[in-house]
Amino acid sequence: MKDLVGIKELSRNEIELILNTASSFKDILKRDIKKVPALRGKTVVNLFFEPSTRTRTSFELAEKRLSTDVLNFSVPTSSVVKGESLFDTIKTIEAYGVDFIVMRHSSSGTPHFIARNVNASVINAGDGINEHPTQALLDAFSIIEKKGSLEGLKIAIVGDILHSRVAKSNIYLLSKFGVNIRLIGPPTLIPDMTDHNVEVFYEMDEGLKDSDVIMMLRIQMERQGRGFFPSTLEYFKNWGLDIRRLKLAKKDAVVMHPGPMNRGIEISSDVADSKQSIILEQVTNGLAVRMAVMYLLSGRSENA
Amino acid sequence: MPDAILIKNGHIVDPSQGIDEVGDILIEDGKITEVRSQKSEVRHKEKESLRTIDAAGLYIFPGLVDMHVHLREPGFEYKETIKTGTMAAVKGGITSVCCMPNTNPVNDNKTVTEFILRKTYAEGSCYVYPIGAITKGQKGEELAEMTMMHEAGCVAFSDDGRPVTSSLIMRRALEYSRVLNVPIISHCEDMSLSEGGVMNEGRLSAQMGLRGIPYASEDAMVARDIILSELTGGRLHIAHVSTEGSVRLLRQAKERGVKVTAETCPHYFTITEDAVKGYNTNAKVNPPLRTQRDVDAIKEGLRDGTIDVIATDHAPHHRDEKLQEFDKSPSGISGFETALSLCLRLVHEGVLTMSQLVEKITFAPAKILGINAGTLKVDNYADITIVDMNREFKVESENFLSKGKNTPFDGWTLKGMPVITICKGKIYDWRS
Repeated sequence: MKDLVGIKELSRNEIELILNTASSFKDILKRDIKKVPALRGKTVVNLFFEPSTRTRTSFELAEKRLSTDVLNFSVPTSSVVKGESLFDTIKTIEAYGVDFIVMRHSSSGTPHFIARNVNASVINAGDGINEHPTQALLDAFSIIEKKGSLEGLKIAIVGDILHSRVAKSNIYLLSKFGVNIRLIGPPTLIPDMTDHNVEVFYEMDEGLKDSDVIMMLRIQMERQGRGFFPSTLEYFKNWGLDIRRLKLAKKDAVVMHPGPMNRGIEISSDVADSKQSIILEQVTNGLAVRMAVMYLLSGRSENA
Repeated sequence: MPDAILIKNGHIVDPSQGIDEVGDILIEDGKITEVRSQKSEVRHKEKESLRTIDAAGLYIFPGLVDMHVHLREPGFEYKETIKTGTMAAVKGGITSVCCMPNTNPVNDNKTVTEFILRKTYAEGSCYVYPIGAITKGQKGEELAEMTMMHEAGCVAFSDDGRPVTSSLIMRRALEYSRVLNVPIISHCEDMSLSEGGVMNEGRLSAQMGLRGIPYASEDAMVARDIILSELTGGRLHIAHVSTEGSVRLLRQAKERGVKVTAETCPHYFTITEDAVKGYNTNAKVNPPLRTQRDVDAIKEGLRDGTIDVIATDHAPHHRDEKLQEFDKSPSGISGFETALSLCLRLVHEGVLTMSQLVEKITFAPAKILGINAGTLKVDNYADITIVDMNREFKVESENFLSKGKNTPFDGWTLKGMPVITICKGKIYDWRS
C-alpha cells in the first residue's frame, strides 16, 4: 500500500495490522527515550490547507519520534495565496524528494487526487466532509484498549454526522468489525449511510440505551442559524451529553470526543472530566497510530 | 467541392419528410436537387466533376442540429473557440449549433451576437445560431434586449449555467418572448437547494463526502417554469433534463397542452453518478449525473416523446481546470465528438427507432428554434451526415478536435459513428 487516503479503501486485515503495529509503538512511547530511528533519512511534509492544531502537532510529534525530517507547510505562508494551483504546489514539493505528504484540505477527495499524481506516500489528515482515517484508527485502538475487541459492541455516534469526517471514517471502520452502530442527532445532520448497517435515532435517550461506547462529535458553531438546528441551547437539550444521559448507557461505557470540545454545547463538563471519559487517552494513542501508519507505508517493515 | 455529388445506395433517414428507406441523393452546386428511393434512378445533368459516394450499408441523415453548446468565444478562448468548436462539431456529424450566451462579455446585446456571427462567417466550419441571454449579464435582474438580439440573429434566449431565480423575471421573460414567438430555454435549478453541491445527492455523495445537489433542485424549478409558461403562454424549453421527476412533470404538462419542449444530453441517458467515483472531475457536470432510475426514466421519456431533443451541452474546459480539487473544478463535458455514437446506442439497445432518434437530433430542434436546418428537402443547402452503424472506435480524448479533452467516456469503445460530414459546401471523410 502506498497511501492512506481513507478507511473505505482499507480491508479489515490492513486495519488490524495497523492497530497491532500501533501497539508496539505505544510501548515505545512509554519508554524514557521515546525516539526510534525507524524512518531516519525519510522526509515528511505536513501540508495543512485548513487550520489545525491537534492533528498537525500529533503528526509532527509522531514524525519526530520516528526520526524523520519534517517540513511544515501552511496556507498563509504558501504560494497558494499567490494563486498557484494545488497541482503545481504538490509537484514542487515532490521535486524536493519527500517521502510522505500528510495533508489536510477542505475539499473532499483532494488526497485521492494528489495520491494519483505523486510517487510519495499520501496520508489523509482530513479531507472536507469525507474522511479522517487516522482519527478513526486511533479511536478503534482506544476502544480495543478498554473493551478488548470491537466485535459485538454497541457504539453510539452523536451529533453532526453530515459534516463530520471523523464520524464517517469511524462508521466505515466499525462497520467492518461487526459493531452495532447507532447514529444519533437531528435529521438535518444525519446523511444517508444505510449502506453501512447503521441504526438512526433522533431521540438521544433511546439511542444511548445500553451503549458500550459514546462518541461525541464537535458541533461547529457556524451551523447555527443555517437551518440545521435552531440554537445551541435547543441542541444541548436534545443531543447534548450530560450525566443523566450518560447513565442510560452501560455502567462501564466510555465517552470519547475527537476534540476540540464545546463544553456545555455537545458535552457537559462533568461528563468530559468524568472517569468514563477517555478523551485524553485518545490523544496519546493518536501518536502511536500515526507512527504505525507511517512505518507501514514506508515499507521498512517488509525489509525488517 | 465538385459541381455535383451523388450519394448512392445509402439508407436515408429524414423525419422532416418521413423518409426512411434506401436511396440516392444528388447535390448540385451545394444544394440538394434530388432525393430518390432506389426504385427510380436519380437523373443528373452531365457534369464534368461528378463525385459519387458509395453509401451502401451506411445511413444518411440530415446534418445534426445541436441546440445546446458552449463555444466559449468571446472571452474563454483558452477553453474553445468558434473555429475549434465548430470543427469538432462537424467531426461529430453536427452541422448546426446553438451557442449559449455565457461568454465574456455575455451575449446579452446585439454587438456580441454580431461578433459571434462575424467570427463564424470567417472561421466557422458549421452554422452557428447564437442564443441570447434572458437577462442583462445573466444576472437575473433586468431583461436583455431580446428583439434587438433576435434581429441580429439570436434564435432563442437562455441564462444557461444560471437559473432565473426570480419568478417574476421569468414570468416577464416568458410574456415578453411572445412578441418574437421564440423559446425561453430554462436551466432549471433551485440554487438554494443545490448550494455548494458538486454531485447528485444520495448515498454515494454521503459516501464520498461530497456535497449533493438533490433531484428536488431541478424538479422544483421545472414545476415552477411549467406553471409560468401556462400562466403566460410563453414558449418554454427545458434544458438538460436529468431527473425522473422532470420527465414526469413534463409528461403531465404536455398532456395538459402546455407549450413546453425539453432536451436531454447523452451523458444523462448513458452513465450514472457512479462515474464520479474516484473523484473523477471529468464526470462533474451540472446538472449532475444521477441514478439508474433517472437514466431509465429519461430513456422512457425519449421513447414516448416527452423529451423532444437530444443536445450535447458541449462544455469544453482546459485541462488545468479539471486537474484540480473536485470542489474547484468547473462542471462540463466536451460532448461533440462522442454524442452521435452515444445516441446510436439507443437504437442498438432498441430504446428508439432510427427515425425517432434522427428526429430528436435534427428536425425537432430545428422546428423548436424555427431554423431552416435538420432536413434533406430539395433546394436546401446540403448539410448531410453519413453514418456507419457498425463501425467501432475507441474514444481517445487526446485526439479530439475540440480544445476540451474533458470527457468521462475516454477509453470507451463505441459502435456507430459519423464517417462523412457534408457542411457548408465541404466534404469531410473521417474514415481516412
